[in-house]
Amino acid sequence: MQVIKIKIVVCIKQVPGSTEIKIDSRTNTLVREGIDNIINPFDAYAVEEAVRIKERFNDGNVEVIAMTMGPPQSGDMLKEAISVGVDRVVLLSDRAFAGADTWATSNTLAKAVKKIGGCRLIILGKQTLDGDTGQVGPELAQRMGIPFIGYASSIPEISKDKIKIKRLMEDRYEIFEVNLPAAISVVKDINIPRVPSLRGKVKARNMEIPVWDAKKLEADEDEVGLSGSYTQVIKIFTPEIKHDIKMIEGSTEEQVEQLYKELKDLKVI
Amino acid sequence: MKYLLTEEQDMIVDICRQIVDGRIIPARAEMDREGTFPWEIIKEIAKSDLFRLFVPQEYDGMGTGIFEICLATEELSRGDLSVATSYAASGLGIIPFLVAGSEEQKKKYLPQLAEGKKLAAFGLTEAEAGSDVGSIRTKASIEKDCYVLNGTKQWITNGGEADIYTIFAMTNPQKGIRGASAIIVEKGTPGFEFGKKEDKLGIRASATRELIFTDCRVPKENILGSEGMGFIIAMKTFDQSRPVVGAQAVGVAQAALEEALNYSKIRKQFGTAISSFQAIQHMLADMATNVEAARALVYHTARVIDSGEKNISRLSSMSKIFASDAAMKVTTDAVQIFGGYGFMKEYPVEKMMRDAKITQIYEGTNQILRNIIALDMIKRGVL
Repeated sequence: MQVIKIKIVVCIKQVPGSTEIKIDSRTNTLVREGIDNIINPFDAYAVEEAVRIKERFNDGNVEVIAMTMGPPQSGDMLKEAISVGVDRVVLLSDRAFAGADTWATSNTLAKAVKKIGGCRLIILGKQTLDGDTGQVGPELAQRMGIPFIGYASSIPEISKDKIKIKRLMEDRYEIFEVNLPAAISVVKDINIPRVPSLRGKVKARNMEIPVWDAKKLEADEDEVGLSGSYTQVIKIFTPEIKHDIKMIEGSTEEQVEQLYKELKDLKVI
Repeated sequence: MKYLLTEEQDMIVDICRQIVDGRIIPARAEMDREGTFPWEIIKEIAKSDLFRLFVPQEYDGMGTGIFEICLATEELSRGDLSVATSYAASGLGIIPFLVAGSEEQKKKYLPQLAEGKKLAAFGLTEAEAGSDVGSIRTKASIEKDCYVLNGTKQWITNGGEADIYTIFAMTNPQKGIRGASAIIVEKGTPGFEFGKKEDKLGIRASATRELIFTDCRVPKENILGSEGMGFIIAMKTFDQSRPVVGAQAVGVAQAALEEALNYSKIRKQFGTAISSFQAIQHMLADMATNVEAARALVYHTARVIDSGEKNISRLSSMSKIFASDAAMKVTTDAVQIFGGYGFMKEYPVEKMMRDAKITQIYEGTNQILRNIIALDMIKRGVL
């Protein structure tokens, strides 16, 4: 039997297609049923990068595992991951996981990573379209006791012991080299996700998605989901955006003069 | 519209659609302008296993029939006919292996072609031998354990880009058409060079090139079938490939129809969208009817071929003629609906019209195919 030496876990999330977000005003959570769901776009880059790392090693010793916590229909997204080259998937699904904040989510994910026997590298998208916090990655790394590097825009080098990460900051590039195991999050510049392969799609169609619940993870109910969350959403609403447009007319000198006065009155300058 | 596709056939179309929308449409105008071979997109198509559709499962393929190849080709043609032609031409180069290849030849060549890292090509046409296939002058004479090829092939699709070529050459010129043989020649063989790259009206990003053979030696075991079988192999290949040209025509016609319909809804004249004018509505209705009829004939032909039917020349020719004539009409009418804008390169329909023209010409002109239909009908009757 072949020995798998390097496991890469990709944490992904299904999010509502951005134009159709509905909020349950009673529970202050996103309405997920009956609407078009997509893989969080940043997570698609994470999946692609994991598969590319496997191809870089090209020795049959890398296994890519995609993991998500969510309702049963998230399984469709895991099948998409299989169709682009992910080897194995895990769906973490239980009513007890519902209403989780980032703390409870990272706890659930950490338990699942431990359950699969740990891994050398965890890859996540930099943030999700719906929650938008970008906290799950760092929290997961913290819980696993491994370093976290966010916003990777390329991976110049990787071996089974080390990874080199390049990331773009506002005014500079930063390059980090860290020992594995580690967790990273990626931005969209890192790659262009591939189109699924026919073999991948056939494989995905025929597979059963393993579903792990709280019991399987040996998680107490008070450490997952809403009861395991420190934060609770009181209200979600779309901010009202006011567009006050004032046209400034006159000669160029007059316009500049007027604009200067307006900005000064607004205390912008 | 429902086309009674299986789940797997839907998957094929879905994969092609993602490649078309994500990769091909954003790149096609520049590809047409520059005329550079679309290797990046071909690699994407290969990674998605679409070249495997040409090859049976026992040789690392996923091929189940001509119908699946038609579905993939049609959808790719909706994006760009240069890409679809390059894809389908590799299939055209693969079919002779399925028609007449030995087990050793299939094992040696088909897995690498299924992977799509290497392309195939089909070398028949010469300067003086188009529809008149019997006039080919390229010779393959025997010298010890080798065939020695001399001559020039013209307008070979994937020429220069493909690695594996099926070349039709005279092994016995006295016998005329019965003296032609099909011989496998690999790129890089000494004496095999590429000549002029053609500057074309349409499908400008596809490679169309001369193949020049000067004392080019290939081992005798590179012959497909046996000596003198070349013409039969070519005709059997075309019987299977012609609905695929029909599928190309359906794809480009579909694209032009979609463009014309969308444009007619946003273009305003006399204070209203031009789609509200009956003159435009009737044009759109005729275009849609033509596309649907062409698609029906192509799908029917492919399904008949896949059923194992032997006498397919007539139907296969009909599907290619009808679909390509429909594509020429539909793309021309799309330009008409766009009016002056349709004539400009800023909009995609003029390119579709230029691209569509080749489908009436290659893999048998529509005129020579009418000969095939008529002769077959006179011989066998109408039904």
